[in-house]
Amino acid sequence: MPSAQDILTDLCRLIEPFAEPGRELNEGTELVTDLKLDSVKVMNLMLQIEDHFDISVPLNVLPDIRTIKDLAAQIEALTRAAE
Amino acid sequence: MSLFDKFKPLAERRAALCKFDANPFNVVIERILSPTEAIIDGRHTILAGTNNYLGLTFDPRCIEAAQTALREEGTGTTGSRMANGTYAAHLALEQEFSDFFDCPSAILFSTGYMANLGILSTIAGDDDIILLDADCHASIYDACRMGSAEVIRFRHNDAGDLEKRLRRLGKRATNTLIVVEGIYSMLGDCAPLKEIAAIKQRYSSWLLVDEAHSLGVLGRKGRGLAEAVGVEDQVDFVVGTFSKSLGSIGGFCVSRWPELEQVRYAMRPYIFSASSSPSLIASTCCALKILRDGGELRSRLWENVHRLYEGLQTLGMTLGPEPSPVVAVILEESSEQALALWNRLLHSGIYVNLMLPPATPGGHCLLRCSISAAHTDRQIDAILEAFAKLEISLLREG
Repeated sequence: MPSAQDILTDLCRLIEPFAEPGRELNEGTELVTDLKLDSVKVMNLMLQIEDHFDISVPLNVLPDIRTIKDLAAQIEALTRAAE
Repeated sequence: MSLFDKFKPLAERRAALCKFDANPFNVVIERILSPTEAIIDGRHTILAGTNNYLGLTFDPRCIEAAQTALREEGTGTTGSRMANGTYAAHLALEQEFSDFFDCPSAILFSTGYMANLGILSTIAGDDDIILLDADCHASIYDACRMGSAEVIRFRHNDAGDLEKRLRRLGKRATNTLIVVEGIYSMLGDCAPLKEIAAIKQRYSSWLLVDEAHSLGVLGRKGRGLAEAVGVEDQVDFVVGTFSKSLGSIGGFCVSRWPELEQVRYAMRPYIFSASSSPSLIASTCCALKILRDGGELRSRLWENVHRLYEGLQTLGMTLGPEPSPVVAVILEESSEQALALWNRLLHSGIYVNLMLPPATPGGHCLLRCSISAAHTDRQIDAILEAFAKLEISLLREG
């Protein structure tokens, strides 16, 4: 299972193409407010994240995810559950 | 701070679209003339965006059945099916649907939206999973939000992605309801249902097919995609609507499981909605009988589909992946340019649907046509001519 830091690093790399060029990403970055991702972009981003970590992220958890840190925590929990 | 503040972005977007004299928000059918013609803004207009696939809205037999029911049973039932809203005609129409699909159980709903809302929010519970195609209709997404099941989506029409997700679920796959549509409403493409049904069987999952756009359109008897590809015995639930091929308003669910009857008493959208009016039930019942014997109508519909799809292809338009009664012209243009093109079509006397992102696949704007068995060759040619002029305009601007 990847470490929390590995997940965070991978996530920032996956999110980067969805953000404005040069935008600095960190665990406190908010997906909707800071990156202005609309619902469709969030969905497309999720598909890439799911492939990368070989998990399925239920739509039900999306309303609880505001920051990259929130997303990393969900991925960590789902990865652990899949083992 | 006002309760209305959150709607400002929506209002601003709408205002931007209102710069044109017509926009999708202000189209008024001033007079409807037939299944394929209306007066819009004082102009005689060919309707090519109504989902009226078999053109039954003006069928004299359906109108007469509705008029008789209206006279004899009144304008509405004023009650839910669970209270005073079950008339003999509601039960008779449920029996017609059971017979038509050769299923032991059928339930009617007041709209197609309510059918999805009722079934999906209820059938899949706390410990269950709904695995839906990403391009499913809003009613399916809304139903998922209303229910308590875990909701996972798979890439549109990607059976491999579906299987990958079922594999990840392990034993929970047996508690998973896969949800797909026969024909998808935006691009008119069909689900790869044969592959999906085979995967469903391998993982002992459940399968629901929304045949809203394929009822009366696909299959030798018009039962939809599952019939057309020969997998009806592997489909657990079929949901559909009356507001397309059947030319009225309402929805239904049929199942090969007699236990569906137990679900009737647990669905809040069903329990707390007034039942359909007698006239709607009567015209739908008549339309279903016509649909059952509607081989000629279906043939005519598909002739029209090919005439339009191939005509637009010849004009060099980018279209949805396969011919179907939903023919989507995919645009590279911005929303504002797409609106201008849609306006030109309307001014040429052609009404189609304008679909704008983010509600569209791939974030493209669409000029979405829907074809009817009632369209004449001349009308299809007029639609093609209007699109051809559009292309000339585009080239001039280019």
